[in-house]
Amino acid sequence: MQKRVALLTNGATHSNAKDDEMSIKKHVKLGLSALALSISFNSVAAEDPIRVGILHSLSGTMAISESTLKDTMLMLIEKQNEAGGVLGRQLEPVVVDPASNWPLFAEKARELLAKEKVDVIFGNWTSVSRKSVLPVIEELNGLLFYPVQYEGEESSQNVFYTGAAPNQQAIPAVDYLMNDIGVERWVLAGTDYVYPRTTNKILETYLKDKGVAAEDIMVNYTPFGHSNWQAIVSDIKAFGGAGKKTAVVSTINGDANVPFYRELGNQGIDAADIPVVAFSVGEQELSGIDTGPLVGHLAAWNYFMSVESDANYDFIDAWVAHTGNEEAVTNDPMEAHYIGFNMYIEAVKKAGTADVDAVKDAIIGVSVPNLTGGFATMMPNHHITKPVLIGEIQDNGQFSVVWETPSTVAGDAWSDFLPGSKDLISDWRKPLFCGNFNVVSGTCGAQANVANK
Amino acid sequence: MSTSKLLGRALFACFLLWAGDLLAQTEDAEAHQLLTVLAESSSTQKKAAVLQIAGSGDVRSRGWLESFANNKLGRIESSGQFIIVLENRGRNWTVESALTGENLGEISRRDIDTVRVNNALRNELEGILSVIDLKSPEEHSRLTAARALKGSVDGTLAERLPELMNDEKSDAVRAALTEALAIYKVEEQGDVAAVATLSGSLNSEARAALQQAMRSDDAALVAAATEAMASIEQKLTLNRAAETLYFGLSLGSVLVLAAIGLAITFGVMGVINMAHGELMMLGAYTTWGMQQLMPGQPGLALILSIPAGFLVAALAGVAIERTVIQHLKGRPLETLLATFGVSLILQQLVRTVISPLNRTVITPDWMSGSVMINEALSLTLNRLYVIGFALVVFAGLMLIMRKTRLGLEVRAVTQNRAMARSMGIKATKVDILTFALGSGVAGLAGVALSQITNVGPNLGQAYIIDSFMVVVFGGVGNLWGTLLAGMALGTINQLLEPWAGAVLAKILVLVFIILFIQKRPRGLFPQKGRAAEG
Repeated sequence: MQKRVALLTNGATHSNAKDDEMSIKKHVKLGLSALALSISFNSVAAEDPIRVGILHSLSGTMAISESTLKDTMLMLIEKQNEAGGVLGRQLEPVVVDPASNWPLFAEKARELLAKEKVDVIFGNWTSVSRKSVLPVIEELNGLLFYPVQYEGEESSQNVFYTGAAPNQQAIPAVDYLMNDIGVERWVLAGTDYVYPRTTNKILETYLKDKGVAAEDIMVNYTPFGHSNWQAIVSDIKAFGGAGKKTAVVSTINGDANVPFYRELGNQGIDAADIPVVAFSVGEQELSGIDTGPLVGHLAAWNYFMSVESDANYDFIDAWVAHTGNEEAVTNDPMEAHYIGFNMYIEAVKKAGTADVDAVKDAIIGVSVPNLTGGFATMMPNHHITKPVLIGEIQDNGQFSVVWETPSTVAGDAWSDFLPGSKDLISDWRKPLFCGNFNVVSGTCGAQANVANK
Repeated sequence: MSTSKLLGRALFACFLLWAGDLLAQTEDAEAHQLLTVLAESSSTQKKAAVLQIAGSGDVRSRGWLESFANNKLGRIESSGQFIIVLENRGRNWTVESALTGENLGEISRRDIDTVRVNNALRNELEGILSVIDLKSPEEHSRLTAARALKGSVDGTLAERLPELMNDEKSDAVRAALTEALAIYKVEEQGDVAAVATLSGSLNSEARAALQQAMRSDDAALVAAATEAMASIEQKLTLNRAAETLYFGLSLGSVLVLAAIGLAITFGVMGVINMAHGELMMLGAYTTWGMQQLMPGQPGLALILSIPAGFLVAALAGVAIERTVIQHLKGRPLETLLATFGVSLILQQLVRTVISPLNRTVITPDWMSGSVMINEALSLTLNRLYVIGFALVVFAGLMLIMRKTRLGLEVRAVTQNRAMARSMGIKATKVDILTFALGSGVAGLAGVALSQITNVGPNLGQAYIIDSFMVVVFGGVGNLWGTLLAGMALGTINQLLEPWAGAVLAKILVLVFIILFIQKRPRGLFPQKGRAAEG
């Protein structure tokens, strides 16, 4: 192309001296071809970038967890653009701040879809914020990738759940404690909101199905940000002193974990006596404490920063380079965004367009590598396949994997251990195309509100 | 449980064969082989590999097992060389050779395979290490080892224990060993005589052994065990009560610390300062900043943070007073809204300038852990310090208010501003100083809180409501009231928590305060006299 242009211009200068008419003609020709060139260039440049909405709190209580996810998304988009974008289009991030305010999440989602015209949204952390944006996403037919482990009991055609459902985290963790550690007495401790309450309900049913007596289960809820754990930890100690092997299953959320673990350490509860398995404690939370006294306590996730795989080491290197902080840590929801983002890119490639309905159809069945050395596949119920890992806390704030499921586990939107939900399935492929199909009555939407009960 | 215990037994038996001396050193090739077996066997077979290492009699084996238990034993992927990790933070780890002890410098984490350990294995390892430590020349490690043996003594060890006890010089170690032996005898042999040793013991393993004895067929054993249990239960109840009281006082002292600054600005000056919590947050961040400035000396940094935190918060308080509060004098609603705005600004400022993430404030060694009163009651040290600190701050404030010129002027201005001014007191100056004092004390509270809770932008929010509750309950303008109210609310909360749960306990306390204020609108210690009417 360049050569030809050069020849043309050469020709023009030669002919210029000879004949004016010719030169005019040539000039017109040249002008035209230049015009054509510029038009064709324009049409490439004019192809709009794919707009990626990022809906994570950058201020307020949840900023502690969510702001790193915003940075993760920016990093992923930057990398993708360096690699040439997708379908020849660049990706453009649109960042908004819902400020840890649940109703504001809905407003900001509306702003992203209606005003900013984004093609896809990556966002949310808490379940209540997800429930808040759900009607907006469905009304305006958007796409939302939700990266955090949650209580299940939900399936929307517009939402993709890249975090763990209870059967991808809580149930395998309890199985591990029961079979490998021999736990007989259970403390279910959680923060007082929907995720811990639903998860604990599922676990209680599951444990009773397995023959655990009611008096061997202790349930305890604490408010958000609870900081005075003395009495509760001492209660747990007494509960565990009854001669049977005891474990704590913790759905304690966010900040409250630091004083909880500190109190455990101070009261001398050793992981060998009463192990605590946590579903909300990751590398990020541990970076706020001295983990010396916590060595051996457990966490169940689908990814740990300490996983020994090249994909993971590359991801960590990229993250350290992006943040410019040698101590920066990675965690499970970041991996979920990594998977979700790559799935979206693959689905856009497969569909040949960023059109929402086309991507929604194309993404089911898409497989991308995860960071633990395997693959994640998007299932028809909009959940993905994940390996389940159990890690023990180390003195450097990292986890060492002590157990993992032999293969990946597919996320189950509707728990098999809750009445009313166990008959439901979700399948967003045609012809079923239903998020809550009751296999007993054969109807769709029969129990749409089971999660709200 | 049973399998691990059985394996543990086999292990002790085998182990004690050589426990006499640790002098030999195996050939390096042989040692490398031992470690290779450990590294390459599956987690269930690792126990056998550990046994082999323990049985090798190599003088380095204790080091290997200890670093294995701490997840510090690893192998360099490329060369297969075994290493002990010295520093395992970040992407490059500092390591030394496991065989020669030679320092190998920093190696990328990509190139290190750690030898995986889990809780069950760590338990076994602790057992082995404590048997080794029973022969340690240091009394402290012997005592820890003897305590760890309770509940895990086996037949072979039981035969050796009397001999060990005869050689033992320390009474505490001997007592611990006696108890460990008695637990074994009660549990395994149903020895009635041994029950007497356990009577009054607060150890949970001893209790488990007695409970098991109570279920046995031997009537004499059951009777002895029941009696022993009764005496234990009585002691336990007492200890539980003491513990709850301690919890209550420690929560109370946190409340007092948080509220006492407010008692001055709100109680004495009558200013509703919603940014009070954020002043505490500034104090906590000052502690973090001091620790960043003085790496490696967290204790000294913490002590220096006490004056520094006071100054930072006091200066911030003066700035708030000069820019916002003085213009809103006598308009409580506007003050409330404006200071609420200030609190949001301060929070977001910290988020933007420092980070939205919590900061790690290191607890110095002398403040972590607990003092063991007995085996059922131990007082956590950080809380103990906070109780002491709260009392010192309270005493200091009382001194200032009662014995200094400033205190006198403050009291004069709050009682009758116009009269005080006509007597030559500069009311504006007193306002500034009082507000600075109250804010500074909030900073002190922040320094203390940095040791027991998260240091993050939301630190202040968690305490502002509680602080107002304490001040109102205690009686506005009365420091003694604040002290008593804080301690009372803390204790009530901790009494309720075990049976009502944390959420309900909080609600009940709130309801209690509402009812109390209905009856006595001016709190526990209402101000009397004409000043109160004004």
